[in-house]
Order: sequence, then C-alpha cells, then structure tokens
Amino acid sequence: MTSSADATSAIGPSALTRTIVLSAAGLFLGLPLFALGAFTVRGGLAGGVTLIHWRDLFGGNLGAAAQPLWEGVQNSILLAIVTVAVMLALLVPAMILVRLHLPRMVRVLEFICLIPLTIPAVALVVGLAPVFSVVARIFGSGSWTLAFAYVIITLPYAYRSIQANLVAVDVVTLTEAARSLGASWFSTIKDVILPNLRRGMLAASFISVAVVLGEYAIASLLSRTNLQTALVLVSKRDPYVSNIVVLLSLVLVLILLFALGRIGTRSRRSRS
Amino acid sequence: MGDPVVLETFWNSAWLSALTAVLGVFFGALICYALIGTKPDGHFRNAINAVSGVLAQFAGVPLAFAYIATMGLNGMVTVFLKESLGIDIYANGTWLYEMPGLILPYLAFQIPLMVIVFLPALEALKPQWAEANATLGGRRSAFWLRIGLPVLAPSLVGSLLLLFANAFSAYATAAALISQGSQIVPLQIRAALASETVLGHENLGGALALGMILTMIVVMSLYSVVERRASRWRR
Repeated sequence: MTSSADATSAIGPSALTRTIVLSAAGLFLGLPLFALGAFTVRGGLAGGVTLIHWRDLFGGNLGAAAQPLWEGVQNSILLAIVTVAVMLALLVPAMILVRLHLPRMVRVLEFICLIPLTIPAVALVVGLAPVFSVVARIFGSGSWTLAFAYVIITLPYAYRSIQANLVAVDVVTLTEAARSLGASWFSTIKDVILPNLRRGMLAASFISVAVVLGEYAIASLLSRTNLQTALVLVSKRDPYVSNIVVLLSLVLVLILLFALGRIGTRSRRSRS
Repeated sequence: MGDPVVLETFWNSAWLSALTAVLGVFFGALICYALIGTKPDGHFRNAINAVSGVLAQFAGVPLAFAYIATMGLNGMVTVFLKESLGIDIYANGTWLYEMPGLILPYLAFQIPLMVIVFLPALEALKPQWAEANATLGGRRSAFWLRIGLPVLAPSLVGSLLLLFANAFSAYATAAALISQGSQIVPLQIRAALASETVLGHENLGGALALGMILTMIVVMSLYSVVERRASRWRR
C-alpha cells in the first residue's frame, strides 16, 4: 500500500498548501460563528465581557420576550419525534417490501423519495397551504401536524441512509434462510431484518432530526411556531438569548452529524 | 408573471445563485484538494463532514444571525474595521440587508455543500493513475491538467448545477436577514402568501412557485445527465 500512498501524496497538496487553504476556510466559515459567540458575552453599552445572558437563560431568569422560545423548542422536539416515527413507519416497510417482492419498483420508489430535493420548500408551501387548511380541520391546528410536511422533506435523506444499509446486507438471502427455518413473516421482519437495518434506521433518524430542527420555511409560511421561527421572533426583541440558543442548537446538530459520521464509518469498515 | 417586478426577482435569484455557485465550487473544490491525503475514514474527515453538514443543511437562520453579529451595523468585523482601520464598509448604505449582503452568508452554506458533494468524487481518482503519471515522468501539474481535471470535469459541472439549485431554493437565510422587500423569488412568494393587498394577484404565489419548480426541474435534469457521465469513472 505504501506505493499508492506515495502516489496519492504526489498529486496531493504540500503540507504548507493544506495548512494555508484549511486555515483560510476555517477563518471564513469560523469567524461569523465566533462573532456569534462573542456577541452573547457582550456587555451591551457598558462594554466588556459578561456571562449575564448565559446565566439569565440557564437560571430561568428570562423576560416575556423569550417566552416563544420555550414553545418553539417544545414544538420542535415533538415535531422531531412525530416525524421520525411516521417516516420510519412509512419508509421501512415500503423499502423492505420493494426490496423483497417488487424489485422492479425500486426505481419508482427512489424517484418518489428524491422528488422533494427538486422542489424548494418555499414552493412546496404554496401547495401545502390549502392542504393544511383541511388538515387543520381534521387534526386541529396544533404544531405537530407540521410533521406530515416534514416527513416529505426528510424523505430523500432518510431514503438514502436506509437504502445504503439495505444494499449492504443481503436481505433476500436472510429472509429465505429465516423462512426456510420456519419463521413466520412477522418474526422474520422483527427478529431478522429490522436488527440488520438498525444502523440505517438510526442514521435516517439522526439526519431527519437535524432537518426538522433546522426547518424554517414551511413553519414560518404556515404560521406555526417551531424552534427556528421562534428564534427569528425572539431575535428582534432579545438577540442575546436567541444567539445563545442558536449556538447551542448548532452544537447539538454538530454532535448529531458527527455521531452519524461514526455510524457510517463503522458500517463501511465492517463491510470491507 | 410577466410583471417587470417579478421578472426582476427571478433575475436577482438567478445571478445570486449563479455567482455563489461558481464561487462555492471554486473554494469548495480548493478545500477538497487540500484534504487529499487525509484518511477518508479518519476523525478529521468525519469532523469536516459534520461541520460541513451543519453549515450546509442546518444553518439557514443561524447563518443570518451569525452574519448580523459579524457584519451588522455593530458587528464584530464592522466595528473592528471602523475603529482600527478607519474603513466604514457601510459608507454607501447598509448593504447587508439587501441583495449584496446575501452573497457572503450564501457562500457560507454553498462552500460546505461543495465539500460534501465533491469530496466523494475525488475518491474516484485512482491511485493507479497517479502511479502511472509518476512512472511516465509526469509532475503534479501534469496529473491535474491531463488526468485530474478531465476526469473530474463532469463532477465539477454537476456540483455547479447542484449548488445553483441549492441557492435558488434557499429561503431561511434570506428571510431572516431581509425583513423588508422581496428581492429574490422565495421572498416574493413570502410576500404573495402573507399579504392580501395585491389586488388581482391572488394566484401569484402559485405562479411563482411553479416558475421555481420549472427552473429546478431544468437544472436537476441537466444534473442527472451530467451525473451519468461523471459516474463513468466510478466503477
């Protein structure tokens, strides 16, 4: 392997180039985030550095200005849970069924799942608005109903995570083995297939949670409150609090995606 | 739809997306190049991927806040430039909350997206080609000019289209940054949906959305054609 590693390094950048490019990129992308952090410890007109805004947030010592934020956080968490649940309940059985019995439908399912990538969320909302007036009549206008829209926008990401897993394990052989050993369909799915798809389902859930927590367009245009719309609202009255919460949410999603990367890496290794 | 205002917002959206796509492809590809030789499964790559994912897919509203904190009227960079170097970047008006102000925040999610989509494409460059190049006496520049760029060209064009589509459909950053006026199509849709004062334009929102979707379909069809060419070297 050493020869190919040498060859790769021969076409790759020198250590100096790499350091310069990555530092410049880090500076350009990191500076705004640093400024965001610096803003949250700014002492206002008096100047200086203060942790008072952080203490206010965690001490529960917040004015009415921050009230929508709690509602937004609660709604977003609920939305994330409902979206993941509905997404898994719809997508996993469909994908297993197509994989096992309808191989010709694979392209169709893939096409359907990838459509939301092509349709901008803003454009989707225009079509969703009349649909949601019906939804509101049936389920009420609670924020959790947004989850129906969120399932659509998370489909492409969830599909690809699960598909990667589904291709990697030989579901057909596993099923035939389980069936020929006398397992019922139910226990084949529950005890054989689902445990093998755990990694893909976990990855799909992580990426869906990240997408739902970051969603702004649909919620704001349908006048529902979620984390992001609450942030925009609160930022106009108390930018310190909203910026702190933005930082925290960025860190949370970063951790989610980092964990997602670890899942992917491990499954790639175990395959090879 | 033929309204000059609507045409102008489509034009604005188009040049903003095109500009940030070109710059995003260039700088994103540069970052990918700098990452050649790092371990594909290592913690470093994973961290880069996670950071890129956050910025590219999650950070719509947060990026708007971050740029207000950086370059707003009392932002860190604005104040620093003014007090230390005597440069007032807003001498000719506060452009952060208008069209030019969208360029930098858009780049902040375009460049990471380029890293995400282009990094896997770089792995298509087989070590054997580098070996062959070295055996035949080629240098790094020869490799990139004769092998690297021609092989990666379809991927680069595909990424360009993808970034264009991404910027064209982005809403959150612009909406959080610009609260007055509708300079780009998504904001025009917001105005059409939120207000009922535009008489005789009840279905403008639908028409605008359809215009967006048609644009996206054209771009994404081109993308799938280019992508098929790009996958030729990935076997």
